[in-house]
Amino acid sequence: MALADNRLASDGRDRPTWFERVPPAYWVGGFLLLVMPSFASDFILFQIFGWTFILGIIALSLMFLAGYGGMVSLAQMTFAGCAGYMVAIFGTSAITDISLGWPWFVAIPLALIVAVLLGTLTGWLAVRTEGIYTIMITLAIAAAFFYFTRQNYVIFNGFSGFNGVLPPQLFGVDWRGSTAFYYLTLFWAALCYFAVLYISRAPFGLALQGIRDNQRRMSALGFNAIAHRVAAYAFAALLAGIGGILLTWQSAQISPGTAGIGAAIDILVVAVIGGLRHPIGAFIGAFIYVILKTFALDALEAIGLAGERFQLLIGLGFLLIVFWSPDGVLGLWARWRESRSRDPLLERGGERP
Amino acid sequence: MNAPARISRRLGASGTANALELRGVSKLFGALVALEDIDITVRPGERRAVLGSNGAGKTTLFNCITGDFRASAGSIRFFGEDISTFPPHERIRRGLRRTYQISLLFAGLSVLDNIYLACVGVSRRRFSFLRPRRDDSLMAAAGELVEMVHLDADRDTLVSNLSYGQQRQLEIAMALSGAPRFILFDEPAAGLSPSERGDLVEILNGLPAHMGYIIIEHDMDVALRVAESVTMMHNGRIFREGKPAEIEQDPEVQALYLGGGDG
Repeated sequence: MALADNRLASDGRDRPTWFERVPPAYWVGGFLLLVMPSFASDFILFQIFGWTFILGIIALSLMFLAGYGGMVSLAQMTFAGCAGYMVAIFGTSAITDISLGWPWFVAIPLALIVAVLLGTLTGWLAVRTEGIYTIMITLAIAAAFFYFTRQNYVIFNGFSGFNGVLPPQLFGVDWRGSTAFYYLTLFWAALCYFAVLYISRAPFGLALQGIRDNQRRMSALGFNAIAHRVAAYAFAALLAGIGGILLTWQSAQISPGTAGIGAAIDILVVAVIGGLRHPIGAFIGAFIYVILKTFALDALEAIGLAGERFQLLIGLGFLLIVFWSPDGVLGLWARWRESRSRDPLLERGGERP
Repeated sequence: MNAPARISRRLGASGTANALELRGVSKLFGALVALEDIDITVRPGERRAVLGSNGAGKTTLFNCITGDFRASAGSIRFFGEDISTFPPHERIRRGLRRTYQISLLFAGLSVLDNIYLACVGVSRRRFSFLRPRRDDSLMAAAGELVEMVHLDADRDTLVSNLSYGQQRQLEIAMALSGAPRFILFDEPAAGLSPSERGDLVEILNGLPAHMGYIIIEHDMDVALRVAESVTMMHNGRIFREGKPAEIEQDPEVQALYLGGGDG
């Protein structure tokens, strides 16, 4: 994977204005997403899209680390779960013995800070390793977090965790209402998406990709590769933390299973299905995953198979995608576009559309 | 230590100390002795050529100076400061630069962006989450370096589309980013055409007088035109040191290196 071939702001000559530089796909997609509540059902808004955006944000944090940094972390769901637990502990929940009941503007920032600290610590441990060892260390941290939360009753309330964790009633809006929750998650998903896109071309992101491609060269340019990678973990943990808080609000509860091993692997599956080469892959992967997870059960029962086999369908889909397109759905899309532009009948002669 | 004291110590160090001072530097790879007891002193602004056959330890010497490898023994002082235990990026931030024998460039980025990245690496904006603005000072500095190595026509060309010679020129521009105090050039002329070699000599001779360097070069013709002193290495040791004319005339050097063995 080489650095993306788009330019930095090179100079002033015939620079299009900002809205001319936004590709049409963004206008169409943005418009559709904004007007979605006028025709989609509550179930679609809350369960399908709300969940897609949340999973997408957490998978995006993995895409940032793996795609730009070359570091596959299985602990992203752990950072998300950590932030979720922290809003339950610092804020309000049905477990009034433990929850401190602090106002949201204290609880939420504090939760994100704790998640970032955990991410930084994990990164600090993981960045000295490569490949499979990074995966093993982050998996170990994910497993430790899962078992710790399940066995600790004083802070994490053990097996049952916390229920009744609700978003604040800000501006008099019930943010768990399907339309409000849809816009809430859409807003944060879009913010995280554009932040990652923007940072990928800022010095920090460029250097991260440089370190992925050639660490030795980057050291010889004055970059501290270790510090840079740890900072990438911290930023990814912030993204995952945002996703984790939204996830906790969506189900109104957080328990050890939310950040269990299965969930950690699901995030990897989501990111790989979508593709790691571009931030949008995280959301495409999340959408496919949510659709399969929601409808596979009914679809399987409709054709006379046991409904609980839906994980098999997800597993098969994952196998097919990594087998035919290691770059995920984005890779398939890129290849389709390439083959189209090469088609002599269309007389495009390799020109990029 | 307060800031003025630190600055004056730095200035003092640059004023009186040698640019580079290696004392007893050795490098072992298992049982293989790649460098043995190397003593080299280079004054600020001095331009030194390092000669030697393949396997003489020239590139290993560079790797030890930049910290790509940690020396097995000995000390390395850079403008008076002991940098022996520093990681590479700390040495680079102190004004040391190097080019690589095999070009290590970012093929998917344009010429300007490669140089921009090099400028960012030695600035405080390494961790910046903000994209460069139109009037960005580092981008402007990168633009000047593009002109300095005559790549203006290709500033937006992807590195993968550059010719070999242009890539070598880009390597040099990246080594000149920030405020270099001393540069290590690892065979910058290798694989260049005669006219490109002329350009290279011109660029090297056009560097500011305070900017010293060590250049590894096989081509005696290039080496003697850009260096005022020569270190001859053989089997990981220093074999001779002196003025270019003395080295050229030395019968032992001729026997060893210049192919005058039977003369």
